[in-house]
Amino acid sequence: MNPTTIVLHGRKVVGGCAEGEALVTTQTISGWGGVNPMIGTVIETRHELRGQSFKDKVLVFPGAKGSSGWSAVFHMTRLANAAPKALVFNEMTTKIALGAVVMRIPSITDLDRDPLEVIETGDWVKVDADRGIVEIRKAAARSSRAETSAAV
Amino acid sequence: MKLTDSEQAMLDGREGAARQKAMQLLVRYAEALGAERFVETTNVAGVPGTSNPFLESYYLEAGDRYDVVYSRFDLDSDEVVEVPRITVNSCHLQGGIDPENWQTLGAKPEQLRISQAGEKSAANHGIKILKTCTPYLVGNVPARGEHCAWMESSAVVYCNSVLAARTNTEGRESTSAAMLTGRIPDWGFHQDSYRLATHRIDVEIPVESVMDWGMLGYYAGDMVGERIPVLVGKYGQPDLVRHKHFGAAAASSGGVEMYHVVGVTPEAPSLESALGGRVPRETHRYGKAEQRRIYEILNARGKDPNVDFVMLGCPHHSLDQIKEVCRLLGGKRISANCRLWIFTSRAVRAVADREGYSKLIRDAGGVLLTDTCSAIGQTVPPGTKVVALDSAKQTHYLPAIMGIEAWFGTTQDCINAALTGRWNGVAP
Repeated sequence: MNPTTIVLHGRKVVGGCAEGEALVTTQTISGWGGVNPMIGTVIETRHELRGQSFKDKVLVFPGAKGSSGWSAVFHMTRLANAAPKALVFNEMTTKIALGAVVMRIPSITDLDRDPLEVIETGDWVKVDADRGIVEIRKAAARSSRAETSAAV
Repeated sequence: MKLTDSEQAMLDGREGAARQKAMQLLVRYAEALGAERFVETTNVAGVPGTSNPFLESYYLEAGDRYDVVYSRFDLDSDEVVEVPRITVNSCHLQGGIDPENWQTLGAKPEQLRISQAGEKSAANHGIKILKTCTPYLVGNVPARGEHCAWMESSAVVYCNSVLAARTNTEGRESTSAAMLTGRIPDWGFHQDSYRLATHRIDVEIPVESVMDWGMLGYYAGDMVGERIPVLVGKYGQPDLVRHKHFGAAAASSGGVEMYHVVGVTPEAPSLESALGGRVPRETHRYGKAEQRRIYEILNARGKDPNVDFVMLGCPHHSLDQIKEVCRLLGGKRISANCRLWIFTSRAVRAVADREGYSKLIRDAGGVLLTDTCSAIGQTVPPGTKVVALDSAKQTHYLPAIMGIEAWFGTTQDCINAALTGRWNGVAP
């Protein structure tokens, strides 16, 4: 394994394996009224991700908040091909459990380190939910390696 | 998962294909939560089989449209199954359109057709068509300790906190599955230990009006997120409407599904019992500065004092609130530059019609609408730039959804704005 890879261990919420670029927020996300499901963007007024899309990203966040429409809105993101590739989150709620189930994407929680502290937006993250493993390749490490090889 | 014999029978398909699909979804959901068993639920509130133009165009399978949407979306099934008559006590919450005033809401005939077809099918399946976010105002009042499976965050928080019945914030898919099976995962608020307060909020200023309670709720949600606050301090006896606005706000700024008010809510006879003898993880103080900060957050999207739209009824107005609106209107007409929409349930509307309130509102130039609200229906009068609201929850959602400015204040501030076309609300 590459020495710059960080591995976290957690509990499978929904099985499967997927990888992609991380989109990280320390703020919980509203589904209904907080997200445009057709394009997968956050629309909540005060949210730090406002205007950003989680489509095809590994979404790393504390968890779900707000309306009970959470699962239905994220369910719609799957139908509109605007869903995240995987979920990594801290706080289990019925909203996020049901949303992860109907999005049918690999999802992990209860990690041995806080993913919000370890993972940064732009990191490459592999979520192997069946084995309860999250592998992180740091964007900074990747770019510094690229610089090194360019210098050589 | 430990399944009972009857649950296993449903999962095996011995109770029909629809109950099998429903049980499969509930098992996936329970495993995601980490639940080990189900509870039997006797009160389910959701939006079963509700369609919209997107789903209509997405699911092109042949067959009964209600079965198609219920199977494919609600039960997340890859095949379409026939949905049998619902035998579990179930109701339909708010929808997207008022079938009588759909043109006022700017709805298209196609939306009305989809909505009415869905409603007819749901009714034919034995689901009560309450069409409100406030089922507890129109006869669906669960008993203390009753296991419920409710959607609608403002109703969920009322159900747990004020009624001491038990529900998590369920979603569309889990409620539709619960309607078929009478089961929901035994997790979260179904369990005694989960219902205890985690965070303490000391209320150090008097909290009296509906607006005061809305702001306090917004603060509580902002502070505790998805946790459970217990309030201690300077508050009077909140009535139903104050609880409604407090809970709705706390469930919007955060994810509050239950709160305790010492000496008021049934599971908080004392601070110690609300906390279950534990020390709160955090203690917050709600004083003048905090109230002021919340007022400023809620008015952050208000710039232009010219108000062209006033929307009341989030959560749906009670009969008392409608009566209060009529008193504040005082027989005057609203400004020609402003629209006034007040949302309530069908049942409350029926009484308001008979008591003459609907006519008083109409004579003033406003309209009493049912079934939906501006945020749910994603509808405001054409050309709306600035809305005035008396609900912290609606203020949280509507400007973001519709891209408009918003003022937040008392119901009186809002009616004044409707009468004059100007916002004159003042910070408390």
